[in-house]
Amino acid sequence: MKLHRTTLAVASATLAAGISMAAWAEYEQLVEMGYPAPEEGELVHVPPTMADLEEADINPELKKVIRRGYDLFTNTQQLRGENVFNDMNCSSCHLGEGRQPFSAPVWPAAVTLPDFRGKNQHVNNLEERIAGCFAYSMNGTPPEYGSDDMLALSAYHQWLATGAPMYPDQPIYGRGFPPPERPETLSYENGEALYMEQCSVCHSEDGSGLYVDGEYVFPAPWGDGSNNWGAGIVRTHTAAGFIKNNMPLGQPLSLSDQQAWDIAYYMTQQERPQDPRYTESVDQVLEQFGPTFHKHSSYGQVREQDDHRLADHANWGEKGDIVPWNVGVPRFEDLED
Amino acid sequence: MTSMRIVSGLGLLLGLGLAAGQAQALEGDAERGQQAAGTCVACHQADGSGMNVSGGESWPRLAGQDAGYIAKQLHDFKAGRRENASMMPFANMLDDQQIADVAAYYSQMPVTEAQGGEEAEEALLARGEQLALRGDWDAYIVSCKSCHGPGNAGAGSTFPGIASQHAGYIEAQLQAWQEGERSNDPQNLMGAIAQRMSDEDIQAVSAWLANQSVASE
Repeated sequence: MKLHRTTLAVASATLAAGISMAAWAEYEQLVEMGYPAPEEGELVHVPPTMADLEEADINPELKKVIRRGYDLFTNTQQLRGENVFNDMNCSSCHLGEGRQPFSAPVWPAAVTLPDFRGKNQHVNNLEERIAGCFAYSMNGTPPEYGSDDMLALSAYHQWLATGAPMYPDQPIYGRGFPPPERPETLSYENGEALYMEQCSVCHSEDGSGLYVDGEYVFPAPWGDGSNNWGAGIVRTHTAAGFIKNNMPLGQPLSLSDQQAWDIAYYMTQQERPQDPRYTESVDQVLEQFGPTFHKHSSYGQVREQDDHRLADHANWGEKGDIVPWNVGVPRFEDLED
Repeated sequence: MTSMRIVSGLGLLLGLGLAAGQAQALEGDAERGQQAAGTCVACHQADGSGMNVSGGESWPRLAGQDAGYIAKQLHDFKAGRRENASMMPFANMLDDQQIADVAAYYSQMPVTEAQGGEEAEEALLARGEQLALRGDWDAYIVSCKSCHGPGNAGAGSTFPGIASQHAGYIEAQLQAWQEGERSNDPQNLMGAIAQRMSDEDIQAVSAWLANQSVASE
């Protein structure tokens, strides 16, 4: 316990200006649960909660818009059939309302963008980043830039970043879904057995999630209700990082690294709607994105168990022939070096 | 629908590696269940509403609860996977068919109002609402709703309806999980959360849930 306190004191001394000791104390529970303590020089930010919003000294109209953003973030299904064509909410993957460290907290997007993004090879701002989630993770098409819904969502992101420095030059504590070390071998069979044992009680044996009278309870890890082949979490290491740090719900870090990777390996070798960057064939997608994004996924690979070539289909899921308007749109092509 | 749910409950039991007889897939009959439930009404009442007993052991509402969930609990009482001195002798009186029948009987009743949260103060209820609907992630307490479903009215045969359940019963169950006296949940999903709740959290969420109404289908 004494050592623990010392560590905290050292950490807090090296935190960015504006991060108080009191704020860091909020994360003590996480460290007790086995998450790493912040390393020297890391940016630790504790986003405000919706209770803090009520107390905040900001324009009441802004509060309303942030509340709307929170509502969209945690119940994105209200955009079903318009912008969302699967069974997911933003908060299905970004746990704890987008605030949670090691669960891809969303506030870093508000302080690190605009920036160059490898996935689409140009500079993206916060809205374009959120639009990407709609095209891939929600298997849909985004609300227009500048629209009420887009503004509300970005306002919620920015509100969560309240007090964090813009363009921080330090690494961010708890950013993304940090993957555990990749084991030497991955086992589909072991992943399947573990999935049935540890995951299917909530996510169903067929990966369709759990819905009560059509209302969302647990998200679908694969199939038409899930993210499409272009979403970040189809990459095995991202799925492993999500699982290790967040699953089973309420018991993060309870699976071994091998178990988390095996489940991720199994999960990411199931079918899901086509990558919206697909225009003619799996080989075309692989030619364009095989060396980069899909280097980390099982896209276009032949599943050993049944010789099924993954993603070799033109199934777009519920969105049918709707094409997300933000995919494959280059920007800033005429800028001089 | 009822039988489907019981079958999925069976899948759960198998998934946990417990010895599950094929009898657990039996289809329940509500009319036969009414006959078999003769001894249940003393505590759970004729309308399945149970009773909140402050300072004593509260009897849970069964009305409108998922049939698969009720059947699993009865099997667990019989097998000693869930321990309760008052309940065990009655569970032992039921055979597998009667369990399915009683479960079907109670599941078809309209959800009744619950007691025990009437006198809770506003601040306590606000905390209860937060835990039930949003959780407290800084303490890694995920919301009740994230498993117990929309309106906390239950999700499938695994996650019972807890809205409009008696505060005394919810409180006692959370304490039992905390102390390791109840552990018949899949993968310790409830136990892990209960461990992180303070006494005040338990009071708060029990009172708030008891004050909620559930519209019956």
